[in-house]
Amino acid sequence: MAPSGSPKGSLEPKASASPMDRLAGLALAPVHLIMGLADKPLRAWQKRTGIGGMALFFLAPNMLIFGMFVLLPIVINIVYSLTGGTALFLSERSFVGLDQYRQLFNCANYLDAMTCQEDAFWTSLDNTFWFVVLQVTLMILASLITALILNRELAARSFWRAVFFFPVLLSPVVVGLIWKWILQRQGLLNFTLLPFGFEPHTWLSDRGFAFGAAVGVSIWAHMGFYTLILLAGLQAIPKDLYEAAQMDGTRPARIFWRITLPLLMPNLLVVVVLALIKAVQVFDEVFILTGGGPGTSTLFLTQYIYETGFVSQPRNAGLAAAASILMGLVLVVLTLIQLGVGRKNEAKGKR
Amino acid sequence: MGSITLTNIQKAYGAVHVLHDINLSIEEGEFVVFVGPSGCGKSTLLRVIAGLEKVTGGDLFIKGERVNDVSAADRGLAMVFQSYALYPHMTVRQNLAFGLENSGMAKAEIAERIGEAARMLEIDSYMDRRPGQLSGGQRQRVAIGRAIVRRPTAFLLDEPLSNLDAELRVSTRAEIAALHARLKSTMIYVTHDQVEAMTLANRIVVMRAGRIEQVGTPLDLYNAPANRFVAGFIGAPHMNFIEGEVLGATADGTTIRADDGSLIAVPVASTEVRVGDRVTLGIRPQHIALATGTAGIEAKVRMVEALGSETVIHAETLGQKMLAIVPGQRLLTSGDTIRLGLDAAPIHLFDAAGLRLATSGAQH
Amino acid sequence: MGNARGFLTRRKGGKGWHWTDIVTWVWLIGGLIVMFGPAVWLTFSSFKTPAALAEFPPSILPYVTQQVKVDGYEKPLALFEAKMPDGSTQVLAEVRRVGIVAQMVDPKAPGQIIRVNIADRQPVREIAFATENYTKPFTQFDFVQYLWNSVFVTVTATLITLIVNSMAAFALSKYEFKGRNAAMLVILATLMVPLSVILVPLYSIISTVGLFNNLWGVILPTVATPTGVFILRQYMLTIPDELIDAARMDKASEWQIYWRIILPLTAPALAVLAIFSVVWRWNDFLWPLIVLSRRELYTLQVGLSIYSGELNVQWHYILAMTVVTMIPVVLVFIFLQRFITTGIAGSGLK
Ligand SMILES: Nc1ncnc2c1ncn2[C@@H]1O[C@H](COP(=O)(O)OP(=O)(O)OP(=O)(O)O)[C@@H](O)[C@H]1O
Ligand SMILES: [Mg+2]
Repeated sequence: MAPSGSPKGSLEPKASASPMDRLAGLALAPVHLIMGLADKPLRAWQKRTGIGGMALFFLAPNMLIFGMFVLLPIVINIVYSLTGGTALFLSERSFVGLDQYRQLFNCANYLDAMTCQEDAFWTSLDNTFWFVVLQVTLMILASLITALILNRELAARSFWRAVFFFPVLLSPVVVGLIWKWILQRQGLLNFTLLPFGFEPHTWLSDRGFAFGAAVGVSIWAHMGFYTLILLAGLQAIPKDLYEAAQMDGTRPARIFWRITLPLLMPNLLVVVVLALIKAVQVFDEVFILTGGGPGTSTLFLTQYIYETGFVSQPRNAGLAAAASILMGLVLVVLTLIQLGVGRKNEAKGKR
Repeated sequence: MGSITLTNIQKAYGAVHVLHDINLSIEEGEFVVFVGPSGCGKSTLLRVIAGLEKVTGGDLFIKGERVNDVSAADRGLAMVFQSYALYPHMTVRQNLAFGLENSGMAKAEIAERIGEAARMLEIDSYMDRRPGQLSGGQRQRVAIGRAIVRRPTAFLLDEPLSNLDAELRVSTRAEIAALHARLKSTMIYVTHDQVEAMTLANRIVVMRAGRIEQVGTPLDLYNAPANRFVAGFIGAPHMNFIEGEVLGATADGTTIRADDGSLIAVPVASTEVRVGDRVTLGIRPQHIALATGTAGIEAKVRMVEALGSETVIHAETLGQKMLAIVPGQRLLTSGDTIRLGLDAAPIHLFDAAGLRLATSGAQH
Repeated sequence: MGNARGFLTRRKGGKGWHWTDIVTWVWLIGGLIVMFGPAVWLTFSSFKTPAALAEFPPSILPYVTQQVKVDGYEKPLALFEAKMPDGSTQVLAEVRRVGIVAQMVDPKAPGQIIRVNIADRQPVREIAFATENYTKPFTQFDFVQYLWNSVFVTVTATLITLIVNSMAAFALSKYEFKGRNAAMLVILATLMVPLSVILVPLYSIISTVGLFNNLWGVILPTVATPTGVFILRQYMLTIPDELIDAARMDKASEWQIYWRIILPLTAPALAVLAIFSVVWRWNDFLWPLIVLSRRELYTLQVGLSIYSGELNVQWHYILAMTVVTMIPVVLVFIFLQRFITTGIAGSGLK
């Protein structure tokens, strides 16, 4: 093959695509050599199996990896949750039916986590519930306000948008460490509060504040993402609607409630469900920040699964699997709601 | 170069039958044009010949060889697409070279062929540009060039001029005709445009709803359309049709009672016509003359389009619209009453099923 | 100047300040501080010596007390500005401290000990960057290894993701075959299966195939991203089929069509996916934490979390390494932020 078809250029020769093109070109350069060599055997394969065989060939690697590391685990997870013991391999595990689930749900009083056999599970469930409620509500509120502000006639809007987006890219570990550093006794927060007469305080060893910090830090880390989606939704609202309302002398508050909010609702619903799905899985940054403590005040569901399955001695994979299946069910329900909302939006869009 | 023969070709997408029983034989070096209304299966038929679609029935022969199971790459044909389908990320030169490289041709020969095609099509000056940097007409030439360098058994062209503006279309049409004269290869050409079909084709294939309605030279189709559909499709503006019942049929002519009750006598006769049959009279607008006195049929002028060299008269008669094109300039306004003379005109007769009835009499 | 101010404060009405304008600017400036402040603070802190880090209230810039070599003393001595009983100030070096009294000497006349109340002396400070916070973890700890592991995982996973996802997307967008819709459905359905739900079985599979404590065990489960297939397929659907037909007429094999026609034309979407993938894989934490239990295999994220979880947290190293971990993401942010934000706004994917 002549090296003529190097991967430059997009569909139209637009100048704006150049950094992306260069990046792609760089990433693909070594791949291209191998691909040229692969052509001979693949031509033979195509001769033998036709287009159908080629479709299979193109699909196979992805589906194989996918099946092995996503689909298979889903199936095995169910088996795990129905077996007991500490062994890792399924063949060495004994079938216990619904015992793991029974253990999770074994409580003397369902209103008090401490009366349950698996009190950690219920504590983590309780914590996760309140986390989800608080984090999603506050974050959506903050994102909405930010999006509304960014949607105003603003100089350097893309700069400001980037400001709020910055933490989204940071790794959870970095986020956790940054805030751990700020919230420690000699940290920036105490320093900032000093002039207002506050005594230095070890914030993260306070149960209530540690929970608040978990909520706050995760809002800080993720709100930029939701702001972005909401802003896109706001910018899709036709300008002439606002102009018409202004011509009628409608008050700004009324414009917000009668025009902006209803038209933004589809986006808002999607964002809420997305945020819910993410919040249920909260783990990384909080784990780094508080390690689940003090006590169990910031122990969340994913950490419970992780610790039950991997950290506790002996490991209890069955119990962890059962808990993760319960969590999966919650997520499936949320996702179905999201798909439902999406479909409804689409139907509306068509009308 | 080579002949292409289709026998009982069928094509269905699932339950949707797109081509029914196509039989066609294309001679070596022939220029064949497929025409027909949108969605009738012209492109599909072309793609079946190209090998881009698998037939679901029948046989396809190229140079006498059955190629049903030969892939598009190995049929030795080249295709020019309506959207040109030039590779946007390659230069013109790379576009032309791509197919030749794939067949493992030596570099020197590739360069030579590209040079030759570039000179022939006058595209030398932008060989190192990308398609996005070319005008529509230039892209069109490159698309043709990409076919030419392959030196294919036959060229397949799917509405190659439909994206060009009117003026460019006329000049490119002439160039394609010249190209055919020069290369003498088989060309199969799909178009909507009557003028393209009439001027380029050795033979025209008229299709409708997945079937071939008629195959013939342009003048054959114009003078003796096999049925009402072809008669209406070939020639612009459309042929006028008058439906009615046969009152009298003699060797000198035929008398018809139109649906509104008025009588028309035309000087054509057909041995196939019986009194009481329902027939359709067909007459092209260009063949109608303005009559005087009591000759012809009375009509009311609805609209007049004066084009200078000719006048297009939209008239109403026998309860339906009639179009007449008469040479020169006429002082007519809407509301005027005129008489349309059908005497000298070539008149076509179609039976109730729309098939042509053999006529004798005042033809041409 | 006036022009610039006018531009920066350009507002809706143009007549005077409305309360919403004030809210807007308070929110934006506050956002600027809250969003960037912590990372900036962390970066400044990472250049401080352990002693400076332990100070409260902290200084913003990394100061160290100036030291001086004084004849007759082995170690360099810290310099202080002391208020003398007569009200004048003098720069002295501290020899030792006894209770609230510091024994000091004049560096120019080191013979005589001067006693100063510690309340009457201020350290002489200068700005100095404690670059050993950065160099030490690399030279004395395993951070070079962690960095290399992270780079290896990120680059390899991204390359495989691009190839495998684009192949699947090609098949799903340009071929008609039985089971295509089923395959698409399966891929979409698994969008909702997060890692935390399949943690346990995934771990057992990785162990079974012998990839536990292996970087490939980190890489492989992440590469068949449904998101990637989805983004690429959507993009490929916009490439006209006629191009593929033309290539087939041009004797190209299906494989050639894939890598010489489809891949180059999908470059913009591939670039977006590449950026996403780099950020994802660089930031991955929980899964590497589970798969990797040997120190020399840790990625930066895992290494950082392990070090920060130790009893005796050496913040000066942690901070420096956190900054190092942030660098690639900050680079992505600075140069490619626009692509990411438009990518997210367009597809709603994270
Ligand atoms: N992949 C397909 N699946 C199902 N039906 C198809 C497919 N491709 C084409 N058809 C149908 O086949 C018929 C013929 O299509 P074709 O493209 O050949 O028409 P055409 O004569 O070229 O029309 P035009 O002049 O508009 O290009 C149309 O009714 C079309 O809807
Ligand atoms: Mg067509």
